[in-house]
Amino acid sequence: MAERRYIDAINMAHHEEFARDERVVVLGEDVGRKGGVFGATAGLLEKYGEDRVIDSPLAESSIAGVAIGMAANGLLPIAEFQFADFIHPAFNQIVSEAARMRYRSNNAFGCPVVFRTPYGGSHGTALYHSQSIEAFYAHVPGLKVVAPYTPYDAKGLLKAAVRDPDPVMFLEHKRMYRIVKGEVPDDDYTVPIGPAAVRREGKDLSVFAYGWMLHESLQAATALAGEGIDVEVVDVRTLAPLDTDTLLRSVAKTNRALIVYEDNRFCGYGAEIAALIAEEAFYDLDAPVVRLGGPDVPGVPFSKPLEEWFFIDQHKIADAIRKLAAL
Amino acid sequence: MPTEVKMPQLGESTYEGTIGKWLKQPGQRVERFEPLVEIITDKVNVEMPAPFGGTLTQILVEEGATVATGTPIALMETTDAAPAGEAAPQPPAARAGGPGPAVAVAQPRSAVTSSDGERARLSPVVRRLAEEHGLSLREVAALQGSGAGGRVTKDDVLKYIEQRGAPQRPAMPQVAPAGPSRAPAPARPSVSPPPAPAAAAGDQMLKLTPLRRSIAQRMAQSKRDIPHAYGVIEADVTALVRWREAHKDAWRQREGVNITLTAFFVRAAVEALRAFPIVNSAWADEGILLRKAINIGLGIAVEDGLIVAVVKQADQKSLVGVARDIDALGRRAREGTLTLEDVQGATFTITNPGVFGSIWSMPIVVPGQAAILATDAAVKRPVVRDDAIAIRDIMHLGLSFDHRVFDGAIAVQFLNRIKARLEGFAGGDATLTDF
Repeated sequence: MAERRYIDAINMAHHEEFARDERVVVLGEDVGRKGGVFGATAGLLEKYGEDRVIDSPLAESSIAGVAIGMAANGLLPIAEFQFADFIHPAFNQIVSEAARMRYRSNNAFGCPVVFRTPYGGSHGTALYHSQSIEAFYAHVPGLKVVAPYTPYDAKGLLKAAVRDPDPVMFLEHKRMYRIVKGEVPDDDYTVPIGPAAVRREGKDLSVFAYGWMLHESLQAATALAGEGIDVEVVDVRTLAPLDTDTLLRSVAKTNRALIVYEDNRFCGYGAEIAALIAEEAFYDLDAPVVRLGGPDVPGVPFSKPLEEWFFIDQHKIADAIRKLAAL
Repeated sequence: MPTEVKMPQLGESTYEGTIGKWLKQPGQRVERFEPLVEIITDKVNVEMPAPFGGTLTQILVEEGATVATGTPIALMETTDAAPAGEAAPQPPAARAGGPGPAVAVAQPRSAVTSSDGERARLSPVVRRLAEEHGLSLREVAALQGSGAGGRVTKDDVLKYIEQRGAPQRPAMPQVAPAGPSRAPAPARPSVSPPPAPAAAAGDQMLKLTPLRRSIAQRMAQSKRDIPHAYGVIEADVTALVRWREAHKDAWRQREGVNITLTAFFVRAAVEALRAFPIVNSAWADEGILLRKAINIGLGIAVEDGLIVAVVKQADQKSLVGVARDIDALGRRAREGTLTLEDVQGATFTITNPGVFGSIWSMPIVVPGQAAILATDAAVKRPVVRDDAIAIRDIMHLGLSFDHRVFDGAIAVQFLNRIKARLEGFAGGDATLTDF
């Protein structure tokens, strides 16, 4: 089996779904001739032509709106937003139209759109290319939200999202595209939307994370194994609907929970996990539930030292684990 | 010099108390006898006065926490002369004669009340483990903790359970639950020989309220320590019942409280206790402690159990006075506003299962007393009077007594004294104020 980069897995999923079902189309800024700014849609225009690979105007509201219209008329669109920072103009379309379509039409229409977007901060991405948006969308009933970590999951979940009869927000942490590598079979497989995955078994403490934070958490866990702290790392992977069983089972085993997310800590997605554990696993807890989230400042700073201050990395995670394990 | 303030013993049957509210905060100056902390027991809520003057330097037991009597709950920097040994209100001196609390109040190690107060905080999973394994929280809190600031963690408890003796208990299922939905707790192993009942499917474990636990402990203690014997006689209370029916409304209008048969029973019992002082006593290793005061405890049913409230100096009160006391105690018991004074110091107890329709009862002697009188329901029965059959109001008077203190002859004479008094009731109009 071939070792592939995260971005290659995303690209593979596009090609496979395009070949499998001619109703699949992609639209977004630079998705055609350029093949996407990160290369997610590379090779599609050449193979499937302008009818199915549409370079859209620089207008996110229309990318979402047009995709919703296509879905209502029988197509299976993948709408790419070049950076999650720019998805906000489409918020209204996604929340008020896509997410509610099935509910509002009394099940007459679904809205099988995949909203794909790179999120999160990387080196020097600063205010306008670093935002985490998962909390906004995980809050909305009617939307599924996934944030795969392994390349295997990236391909399998994207294919599952394309085939899902309802809208899926598909979040790819941009830092993973060329750093995270893994086995990706050539087979036609899907990864079900919903289940979380235990990436590392441990008995002392559970870390819950997704996307790049899972990557950093796994590094921290590996480092701490040398200090005798046995950390379990759970890849949440589907943020909505949340796999509460797997999360609670992990807490029942380790009795301590750390939730790591890059977004601002206040009202961030991890707060929901913390609340779940407090409500459902209270009598399993041996220490307070801890959230490690980004600082509550308006954006990721450009200045290198400030960026480092903002980002959560394996060292900050390791510190939080040590503290929680020692409580 | 820093001096410990300890959880006082509030009433004879309380072995623990819960901190309701700290009325002073660390750093505040407290005068002697100034209310320091509100304490909740299964029976009463009281404001504990500062046992000495000084500055409250540290609170050792947080609000809401329950600790055993004698546990240090705060530290005070005192300017007063060194306070006498006990820093808390004491039960009446002669109490010592009564059987002491069966639960030895082990002084928790000082670690429990270490400076940061963190030690006494037990995490939810530690509390759950303690419950599943029948460990008291005090026992668990006293463990050598490996967590931050000496906090007791789940691992500490598991190790303790492991070390403390697998042999004395059946093998425990492994603690880590398989899934988030916890299986019903395994039958709790008991530390003492009789095994706890095994739970079958659908069974439900009711949590013990402090009151329930206290009753259970007291009743078991009494049955363990006191060799009970019983006597029962019949009394014809027709005249009393008739008088009450005829005059109770007028009586209430005049006196402002109900006249109950219980008030008559108290008066009759007081008179009999005077005649047989041995019944108003308590067994002690050194001898039999005859009580001078006649304080009659009355069992009052409350929501989740029974509280004994006390008619103090009942021998110095008229029928009206007793009736007023009964009325007030009953009201306060239902409202939950009984004071410490209301529930302690009984020398003899009357329980009145007759109000629920019982016609024959054999109550358990209250520890620290020699006997308890049960007054059962007065019911109409055909009886022989002057060789004719008559319909009369008949009730049973039952006495459970400590056979170490006196014997059946005394018991029955005592009962007959009460019977004679009740049957000799002459009646009269509603202006009757004594009996």
